[in-house]
Amino acid sequence: MDILLNSGSTLVMIAAVVGLFMAWGIGANDVANAMGTSVGSKALTIKQAIIIAMVFEFAGAYLAGGEVTSTIRKGIIDASFFVDSPELLVFGMISALFAAATWLLIASALGWPVSTTHSIVGAIVGFAAVGVSPDAVEWSKVGGIVGSWIITPLISGVIAFLIFNSAQKLIFDTDKPLQQAKRWVPMYMFFAGFVLSLVTIKKGLKHLDLHIGNADGFLYAVITAVIVALIGKVFIHRLKFDESAALKTHYANVEKVFALLMIVTACAMAFAHGSNDVANAIGPLAAVVSIVDNGGQIAAKSTIAWWILPLGGFGIVAGLALFGHKVMATIGTGITHLTPSRGFAAELAAACTVVIASGSGLPISTTQTLVGAVLGVGMARGIAAINLGVVRNIVVSWVVTLPVGAALSIMFFWMMQSVFS
Amino acid sequence: MRYDQLELIYNENNNWKHIMARNSILGVFAKSPIKPLEKHIKLVVKCSNQLIPFFSACSEQNWSEAAKVRRKLSKLEQDADALKRQLRLELPGGLFMPVDRADLLELLTQQDKIANRAKDIAGRILGRKLEIPESLQEQFNAYLARCIEATEKAAEAINELDDLLETGFRGREVDLVEKMINQLDAIEDDTDTMQIVLRKDLLALESELNPVDVMFLYQIIDWVGDLADLAERVGARLEILLARK
Repeated sequence: MDILLNSGSTLVMIAAVVGLFMAWGIGANDVANAMGTSVGSKALTIKQAIIIAMVFEFAGAYLAGGEVTSTIRKGIIDASFFVDSPELLVFGMISALFAAATWLLIASALGWPVSTTHSIVGAIVGFAAVGVSPDAVEWSKVGGIVGSWIITPLISGVIAFLIFNSAQKLIFDTDKPLQQAKRWVPMYMFFAGFVLSLVTIKKGLKHLDLHIGNADGFLYAVITAVIVALIGKVFIHRLKFDESAALKTHYANVEKVFALLMIVTACAMAFAHGSNDVANAIGPLAAVVSIVDNGGQIAAKSTIAWWILPLGGFGIVAGLALFGHKVMATIGTGITHLTPSRGFAAELAAACTVVIASGSGLPISTTQTLVGAVLGVGMARGIAAINLGVVRNIVVSWVVTLPVGAALSIMFFWMMQSVFS
Repeated sequence: MRYDQLELIYNENNNWKHIMARNSILGVFAKSPIKPLEKHIKLVVKCSNQLIPFFSACSEQNWSEAAKVRRKLSKLEQDADALKRQLRLELPGGLFMPVDRADLLELLTQQDKIANRAKDIAGRILGRKLEIPESLQEQFNAYLARCIEATEKAAEAINELDDLLETGFRGREVDLVEKMINQLDAIEDDTDTMQIVLRKDLLALESELNPVDVMFLYQIIDWVGDLADLAERVGARLEILLARK
């Protein structure tokens, strides 16, 4: 208890630095996953992708990151267990951050795909179950989270399959695909804008103390979506098509329209990624801050300190700005036949799934969801070749990440305990 | 700053791109076999097209020119072969594709046979300095042109593969390809009829010609017909490819 009063600010500083580093790592590391499909299908240049990512990752983190942050902060662990020894929770959360950041570094260096979500959840469960007591973990919540890791890729795969097939029906398999594309693509933009703004308004803005009623929220979401669609329509109108190449390249012209749609879905993807993954960096920090600020009292109702979400957003943006360019430069080449009409379906499905998960406070993996969506488009015979070996590697690395994150966090937890007591 | 060190490691190993591919969603997308397949049949058609200048050089008995054209043809056949091998290597099992891998490889094999046949024809003619009898030449050239047209039709259908991918291998685009394959079959039927007439006319000339040359002339007529047969088989494989799943 005394330790929190004496070294409280030191602990907050440590947590803030590691959390910021973690956010930075997420920005640097995951940008390829969130934006890669857009750059790969040449809908965006690297520079455009980075600017979009910076704006929308921050917006997602700040506006819609609150629910998942709450889950990481107090949803996995039974806080009542720590009432008598809140310092253990503080040590644990800092250890979890250290563990996840260390694993992010090691795995990146070795070229293994990492899910920051899996490592932080594994780390929190690890320190609580082994370092404190198995009863300190809310196993039913953890079960729900792990279940969501299996279900969300499935859901996003099904949505991607449906979106892709709808685009086939409405646009590609028609007499005049270009006209159909001009008519329907703004509708997809509307859909993307609607889902994102509805989730944000209903779930995300709570922590900003903006309480918007059901009907109002719905109305605002529709208005936002209409604005998005109208802007899209203007840009589609301004596209220049190669009219002379009438039949032979008609799909090339259609893809130009989809490339515009992909800019919208890329924004959605960045927003979704920010809204879900920011919590991995700042959820533990939020827990530490709330305990220290309350002088060791674990207040169940306390809200997140105002500066934490922006800090996470800033960290992600900094990671993007410093490192993203290098990461993005390596992609773009090597992907053949990922046309915008496929990329948009995968991105739109993944973004919607992730944002809905963010609204429900479920920490899920953006990459996992996107892989599910890509497989969904593949099922609809839309992608030339998918490397199942790579898909398997990604899945395996996620499974490995859980025990590794847990083990590292237990180690750091014991180290912190011996240093501070 | 630790990231800077990592970056250094990456650059030193010069396999950063490889690492990123494994490290991100992008490794999930394997190289598309469709463009190389289209490129392959373009090479094959270009190769068999060389037979037209080849035979016109032969009919002028300009054997040095014919040898030059044959070298060019042979080079194209080798290029097609190399592309075939590369495509096979790039198409390991464990890829999830909208078409069956075995069907795709079989299609590739059929495509490649056209180029092989064209090379056989040029080689046999040049090796024996075999001449097409003057009275048959016009008829033979028309037959050759029609057979090559069949290979071009097959290439046209194969070139629809990227549009087929765009449309998820269904709907109008499939109908369009079906139509092309029907046209291909019609051309092949046509070449069969032409072949029958050509054989009959050669039979009438047999007594005036060197018997060994006659034997080889029949063989050449067969082989030229093979071009159209093989093209038709490419169409058939494509149809099977579309029908699966």
